[in-house]
Amino acid sequence: METLTKKTKVKQRLMTGSQAVVHSLIAEGVDLIFGYPGGAIMPVYDALYDVEDKLTHILTRHEQGATHAAQGFARATGKVGVCLATSGPGATNLITGIADAQIDSTPLVCITGQVASHLLGTDAFQETDIIGISMPVTKWNFQVTRAEEIPFALAKAFYIARTGRPGPVLIDITKDAQFGTLDFDYQPFKGMRSYVPTPQLSLTKVAEAASLINAAKKPFVVFGQGVLLAEAENEFKAFIEKAGLPSAWTIMGLSALDSDHYLNVGMLGMHGNYAPNKLTNECDLLIAVGMRFDDRVTGDLSRYAKQAKVIHLEIDPAEIDKNVKTDVAILGNAKESLKALTEMINENEHKNWLEKFRDLEKEEFNEVIDEELNPTSELMTMGEVMNKINLHSNQNNIIVTDVGQHQMIACRYAKFKQTRSSITSGGLGTMGFCLPAAIGAKMGRPDAQVIGIIGDGGFQMTIQELGTIFQFKTAVKIVVLNNEFLGMVRQWQELFFEKRYAATTMVNPDFQTIVKGYGIKTKKVEKRENLEDAVKEMLAHEGSYFLEVMVGKENNVFPMIATGASVSEIRLK
Amino acid sequence: MEKTRFTISVFTEDVVGILNRVSIIFTRRKINVESIAASESEIKGIYRYTIVLTETEDQVKKVVGQLEKQVEVVKAVFHPDAEIVHQEIALYKVKTGVLASGGNAEKIVRFHNARVLSVETEFTVIEKTGHKEETQQLFDDLKPFGILEFVRSGRVAITKPMKTLSSIVESLEELLKK
Repeated sequence: METLTKKTKVKQRLMTGSQAVVHSLIAEGVDLIFGYPGGAIMPVYDALYDVEDKLTHILTRHEQGATHAAQGFARATGKVGVCLATSGPGATNLITGIADAQIDSTPLVCITGQVASHLLGTDAFQETDIIGISMPVTKWNFQVTRAEEIPFALAKAFYIARTGRPGPVLIDITKDAQFGTLDFDYQPFKGMRSYVPTPQLSLTKVAEAASLINAAKKPFVVFGQGVLLAEAENEFKAFIEKAGLPSAWTIMGLSALDSDHYLNVGMLGMHGNYAPNKLTNECDLLIAVGMRFDDRVTGDLSRYAKQAKVIHLEIDPAEIDKNVKTDVAILGNAKESLKALTEMINENEHKNWLEKFRDLEKEEFNEVIDEELNPTSELMTMGEVMNKINLHSNQNNIIVTDVGQHQMIACRYAKFKQTRSSITSGGLGTMGFCLPAAIGAKMGRPDAQVIGIIGDGGFQMTIQELGTIFQFKTAVKIVVLNNEFLGMVRQWQELFFEKRYAATTMVNPDFQTIVKGYGIKTKKVEKRENLEDAVKEMLAHEGSYFLEVMVGKENNVFPMIATGASVSEIRLK
Repeated sequence: MEKTRFTISVFTEDVVGILNRVSIIFTRRKINVESIAASESEIKGIYRYTIVLTETEDQVKKVVGQLEKQVEVVKAVFHPDAEIVHQEIALYKVKTGVLASGGNAEKIVRFHNARVLSVETEFTVIEKTGHKEETQQLFDDLKPFGILEFVRSGRVAITKPMKTLSSIVESLEELLKK
């Protein structure tokens, strides 16, 4: 009895709500958070002051930066990213990052301060209905108005954010709840009846899928981030290798399979590779693994893989038949599903079928890739910059990209050897994502060479985060591929709007001067002969480094599937 | 695909904000909800929403998938009219004086199988339960007498398939124990 009392005493401690916030985070194993202080969250910041040795807070320069940094951290490490912001504008500034995390299934816990509960609904200073605003873009959210709710709410938040199909969760805590007191007793959340994170695997479905795979002459695998989220990289490799299945990735699935793997046939979608897009409409069996048939991947749905039977391995039941009708749906965690499926399929090679991919790949190489990587034109291409990075970096890179032409080029040409080494804004297409996400990735994986590839447009959307790099001496490498245009929009204007370049010309400041002000080593490359040395210098540099490369102003990204076209109508020029 | 009428039943935990989580799924897809009724179900702490809409089956299926995906939604199902027994209730406030003259009240109430809930000096409240067409017919019949106020509830519906909510909740709770 005596021991029991003693134990309880150690476990239960009288503390304030704000102390309970930080101790709940510590209990969840969190040691790094991103945020920005303000009135309604000040008590939590005050509590952070006492636990600085256990919980590092990274002060970003804008709350949007905090969310993207938390996303970069989460995507690089597989852990839940955490951010902290105040009420009102602090909270609304989180929304873009939360929406990005929602559509790209990134686990985040965002904690916002709120006005005192007696002021709710009174239009108090910095009051905003963040619960209402964030509802459409969160997996779950909750408002805490009493101190004693805090440990349970946070435990539930972490559980929901990381389990099943991960996603962002927001916990809004009124100021009086932060000041209130409670007996702190942190219990990990064990689950709830209304939420089944991982559906039970049906072996009948697995057997049905296996017999389709065994009978297929031209099977084709398309995979997405589900492989990474389930940590199923090895199971995936074993699966495709056993049956000799050509496999193509969505940009969210990038780096789940080694770029040079003999069954990796490249990138799907609008600016993906020629072979996987073309042959989507020739395969007899399409096996989708942890992907959701985004419109950028499928093109015109009414002409997408109509000739093929479709198997869909997916954790989220709402994704089944959402865009593409499936013949066999295997619900469950990809790791478990793939393992079960691999056991039931026959060994095979599909040599001739794979050869078809390689033939089309050669065609793409001759028409597009060769000129992009080894240009004969005077102007530099984005592809040749990626090529130099591939050549001179070791295999411990994490490539973080923003949104636009450079993103497509980086995803197409960067070489990936390690899992979770590509981080990009896929679903939402958030310009400004890269710089803060690269910071978060580097902080989560200090051992890795984190290289952010950004356009001159996106760079200026969250350029303030150079301040975060400066303050925390974050050794990220930033490559700005500068074409003095909003390149992807300009490309569309050229191809579909008769070259009417409305609002796509960027008159840029001298980035070199700006970046120097933040104490970051910089270099600008305007001529090809200086490129290789600059890339080498950047990669060898210990601290942060900013490399600006002036590339052809009106270069286009090809291949391309125009909006409304079918995947098989992919253009090489 | 043709649009037809469907009734969605959503069973949720009893939490603040869940009505919003349910309704934004329709808003996002620009689906107009014809009626919505919500109250506690046969299981304490689980609320039942009955939502009526006219949509393609394919779209309704997707919406139900999105509803069920919500963390605090226990279960969501949809049914065409043939698979449910449904009812609505309507209240009509009319001037007592008008009704009292000429035996009209009795005729109408009797004909519609309605009932008089309350008689005050100035007004009388009549209640009618039935399908929308039936409550509407009474409305039309009372209209010449002047309707002071009218209110109709959303549809509530019982499903014909025999799977019970308690068996669903039981199996979910079993799963949770594992």
